[in-house]
Amino acid sequence: MIMTDPPGQAFTLEQWRLVEQLSQSLGSVQAHWLSGYFAGFDAGLRQALPQAASFPAEAPAPVARTLTILYGTETGNSAQIAQDVGKAAQAAGLTAKVADMADYKQRELGQEQDLLIIVSTYGDGDPPQPATGFFEYIEGRKAPRLPDVRFAVLALGDTTYEYYCQGGKRLDARLEELGATRLIDRVDCDVDYEGDAETWTDAIIGKLGAEASAPALPASAALATPLTTSLHDKRNPFAATVIENIPIVGRGSSKETRHIEFSLAGSGLRYEPGDALGIAATNDPATVAALLDALGLAPDAPFELKGEVATVGEALTHRFEITALVPRFLDYWAMLSDAAALRQLLDEEHAGERAVFLRTHHIIDLVRRFPVKGVMPQGFVSALRPLQPRLYSIASSLAAMPDEAHLTVSPVRYALHGEARSGVVSGMLADRVAPDATLPVYVQSNPHFRLPGDDAPIIMIGAGTGVAPYRAFMQEREASGATGRSWLFFGDRNFRTDFLYQTEWQSWLKDATLSRMDVAFSRDRAEKSYVQHRMKAQAADLFAWLEDGAHLYVCGDATHLAPDVHAALIDIVAGQARTGREAAEDYVRSLQADHRYQRDVY
Amino acid sequence: MTSQTIDRSHDLSQPLDKLSADERMKAASDYLRGTIAHGLLDRITGAMPSADDVKLMKFQGIYQQDDRDLRDERRRQKLEPAYQFMIRVRIPGGVCTPAQWLMLDELARAHGGETLRITTRQTFQFHWVLKDSLRPIIQGLHETLLDTVAACGDDSRGVMSTVNPESSLFHAQIAALAKQVSDHVIPKTRAYHEIWYGAERVASSEPEEPFYGPTYMPRKFKIGFALPPSNDIDVFAQDLGFIAIGNDANGLQGFNVAIGGGMGRTDNDPATYPRLATLIGFIPADRVIACADAVMTVQRDYGDRKDRMRARFKYTIDDKGLDWIKAQIERHMGSRFETARPYAFTSNGDVFGWVSTPDGRHHLTLYVQSGRLGLAWLDALRDVARIHSGKFRMTPNQNVIIADVESEDRAAIDALLESHGLAPGPVSALRRNAISCVALPTCGLAMAESERYLPGFLDRLEPILARHGLAEEPITLRISGCPNGCSRPYIAEIALTGRAPGKYNLYLGGGFHGERLNKMVLENVGEAAILERLDAVLGRYALERRPGEHFGDYLIRAGLVGEVKEGRFFND
Repeated sequence: MIMTDPPGQAFTLEQWRLVEQLSQSLGSVQAHWLSGYFAGFDAGLRQALPQAASFPAEAPAPVARTLTILYGTETGNSAQIAQDVGKAAQAAGLTAKVADMADYKQRELGQEQDLLIIVSTYGDGDPPQPATGFFEYIEGRKAPRLPDVRFAVLALGDTTYEYYCQGGKRLDARLEELGATRLIDRVDCDVDYEGDAETWTDAIIGKLGAEASAPALPASAALATPLTTSLHDKRNPFAATVIENIPIVGRGSSKETRHIEFSLAGSGLRYEPGDALGIAATNDPATVAALLDALGLAPDAPFELKGEVATVGEALTHRFEITALVPRFLDYWAMLSDAAALRQLLDEEHAGERAVFLRTHHIIDLVRRFPVKGVMPQGFVSALRPLQPRLYSIASSLAAMPDEAHLTVSPVRYALHGEARSGVVSGMLADRVAPDATLPVYVQSNPHFRLPGDDAPIIMIGAGTGVAPYRAFMQEREASGATGRSWLFFGDRNFRTDFLYQTEWQSWLKDATLSRMDVAFSRDRAEKSYVQHRMKAQAADLFAWLEDGAHLYVCGDATHLAPDVHAALIDIVAGQARTGREAAEDYVRSLQADHRYQRDVY
Repeated sequence: MTSQTIDRSHDLSQPLDKLSADERMKAASDYLRGTIAHGLLDRITGAMPSADDVKLMKFQGIYQQDDRDLRDERRRQKLEPAYQFMIRVRIPGGVCTPAQWLMLDELARAHGGETLRITTRQTFQFHWVLKDSLRPIIQGLHETLLDTVAACGDDSRGVMSTVNPESSLFHAQIAALAKQVSDHVIPKTRAYHEIWYGAERVASSEPEEPFYGPTYMPRKFKIGFALPPSNDIDVFAQDLGFIAIGNDANGLQGFNVAIGGGMGRTDNDPATYPRLATLIGFIPADRVIACADAVMTVQRDYGDRKDRMRARFKYTIDDKGLDWIKAQIERHMGSRFETARPYAFTSNGDVFGWVSTPDGRHHLTLYVQSGRLGLAWLDALRDVARIHSGKFRMTPNQNVIIADVESEDRAAIDALLESHGLAPGPVSALRRNAISCVALPTCGLAMAESERYLPGFLDRLEPILARHGLAEEPITLRISGCPNGCSRPYIAEIALTGRAPGKYNLYLGGGFHGERLNKMVLENVGEAAILERLDAVLGRYALERRPGEHFGDYLIRAGLVGEVKEGRFFND
């Protein structure tokens, strides 16, 4: 949320500071909740305290707090106890949800109210294997503050181990650290846990049961819709903090695809599944240094740039594209160097050679091969293009990941003239951006790549990082409880290492958010297999889906994937509808016209 | 025949819904078919999607595992665990031909991470096998008449037999018997042929499993043949052990029968314990199959099918009483056991180097640490297999014997090994008598390192032995990564079983030739504490031992370790 000056005389300066302070720490769900809370609070004030001049000393206790019983287990003991606690809670008139840490949607943690933890310990004080992810989340920097949560922990362990009940101890300490309130002290149980577990259950359920039967104040559940318009856009990007940046291909992969998460908290930025995130680029300092060196320019040399004084180093780092060769620069350098080899490329008859030359040289290759003495910064940058932000399809949905945007990035790498080169932003993300760093970002809307509004079936086709927007689609559909069918075709090189987001698709398949998935891994076998082959193998079903009104999406490589998939689609329609090629092309064209065939290719 | 009332509340006489979930799973599996063939086609996971199928595949010699070194890393990468499979071959008696060896070698190179593992039950395991490679491996094995049937699962596992090359007079006879028994006791379902060889299902009115029925055994069942004086197979660790009785003059007379051995136990569960087999009598050689059938029938019908932790034959015997069990066996066998004949074991280890036998043949036992055949070993032994006209034998101590070599071929084999830098060299007494299971990173049960830990542990224990002048003293050392005991730890003079990374239980006092259980002396401790305790007791052993007295025997005599007289007292 963007803070402004205090609105008139409604608040004292001190109050406004408190409001501002609070607001900056809020997630959007919390903000929603508070808007309703204050609305209800206001109503309460008007009713009960017509001349109220000060806040009541104690906030009203909310009715029927939610109760979640969360367990972490390897052998099933904690699960059994959790089920028993759940039954005890029910017997005491409480509504409780029992969940395994392995399946728990971690983002829900911030919305919990009363939380009972039952967890065992393995090895050297480690959590049960299936709960490792939960521990990493809650103990990591992404864990939310939990001031409204109350909790109690039952720890299972074995006294013959050095780190007895460490799993429970860790969660107990961490929940307190996150601001949660302890309902009763932690109980540690040895291998003969049954008695202690019963005592603990009686104590905690007794306490919660007694509270629930006490009369409570009604609370307003009115939800406001404070749609804020962000001040951040391409010209005024938001400095987003990187909260995760990890390779998501396994060891031995021929790729280095990464998963990167940005926090958008406080930006007011909103996006829809299918949108892209723009990232303002910064050139590699090593490339800048090498170029300056080749030009014989000092990085701190000042010059006038658009009426302001800039240094050459700053300008080449942040303001101009300095890698790929463009015609304007070739012309400029041909004149400046007066090199015959360059001058002849300017002739019309050498257009073919010129195109090849442009593709196979970077600016620095030209500067090194055809050196020029005494280059003036102003003239040099005038031949350069302004540095452009890079767009990446967002791989997350705000509905599932409030205040975050996730990207799937495969750094561009290649060798040219014996030197390793990388993409400006993809290389930066892979090599030079650690968690906690900030990068200037904005949202680039992509209205032509949208989920159908009416829960129609969707067929998603993507290879490599092209799968990113489908992760957003699935998160969105899961969060909204959409019931439409969905079918994903995914391709990459090797099953074992390159199955991007594999465990997430598996879990969506399991809960039927994703109805079907077909995969093609091109380098696992001698004969190469791509997504279009998998589509053709399922031609009858695929056509039936289209006839049922399915929307079809293609995301990824523009030079191979998109045309191959397009051709496959026409073949499938022709084959299944038993029509001629032209009719099949018409069919596909009308899909496009109806916005049922959408592409995001690059 | 007996007035004793036998509790039948946990056995096959009960309806399925009163028995454990695994019993119902077996019964519903359509004789081990489950949905395995369907699960093999799932491209979204490298695992078998059905947990029941994972269990059923064990009956077909296949364990689903994952590379545990990569588990955390891959979870963070949003990738499923690096699923892979271990395939255990059925090689009764541990004997294979050069042609079979070459096939095993080829398959290991193509699909098994370029490694083979010799197991403590005389067979091979392929590791690092991906789902798509299961059929190619099993079909390749089939080409050389090998299979993986019942290498795991609730059935009779691979049958062992002594390989001691010095006793080769009987060896061929015993090995043939091991094969005959193994072929007799394995499951007969056609599921294996259908799933792995692509055979058509044939309708038949014959029962698919005439012996086992739809629920197979309550748990695994292990059979072995020992040839005194070698107890290399640890006959007292078998559910059913046959001890050959005979002499050169009269040939093979028959077998002493021992029942109810087993290693597995569970930490913190005193109702579980390792047990040494009990000698119950003698049978003539031609009664072996009838005896095996009778013993397995008793366990099939009376074994615990409610609590898998107590389902091994050893508990059935202790629960029902040895005499009653013996009487049941005799009833099913249709004959009485004779009084057990005298015999003597001297060692459960291997004899290394070349040994010649009266038939004019030669046998070379090679030391293979932990039975791990990496690429260097594979290369060398592939070259040997190409010129070898005899057999290969895998030993229960995880070593390999190039057996039945003609005099004129010895030099060529020596030269080949030499050229690969694997000529037999001096190996310390401790190493020769050390066994470790596989454990991390592939075994799903491991709590601590075993195979990867053994070399370093040996490096640190050897100087202690040397300091006490014990470098040449043979002492059995066995390490297991978990309490289940694949390395047969509970009969070693020194044993470690894993509890957590870097933490082990230490056991001392087992019998040198497998005749006595050891006892836990330290629980859940690190290496420093283990070495400190070993240093102390080895020091006393060096000073106080009698001539020829083994380390384990000394510890018991000196009262440094309490003797475990029976398995059920192991946890006292």
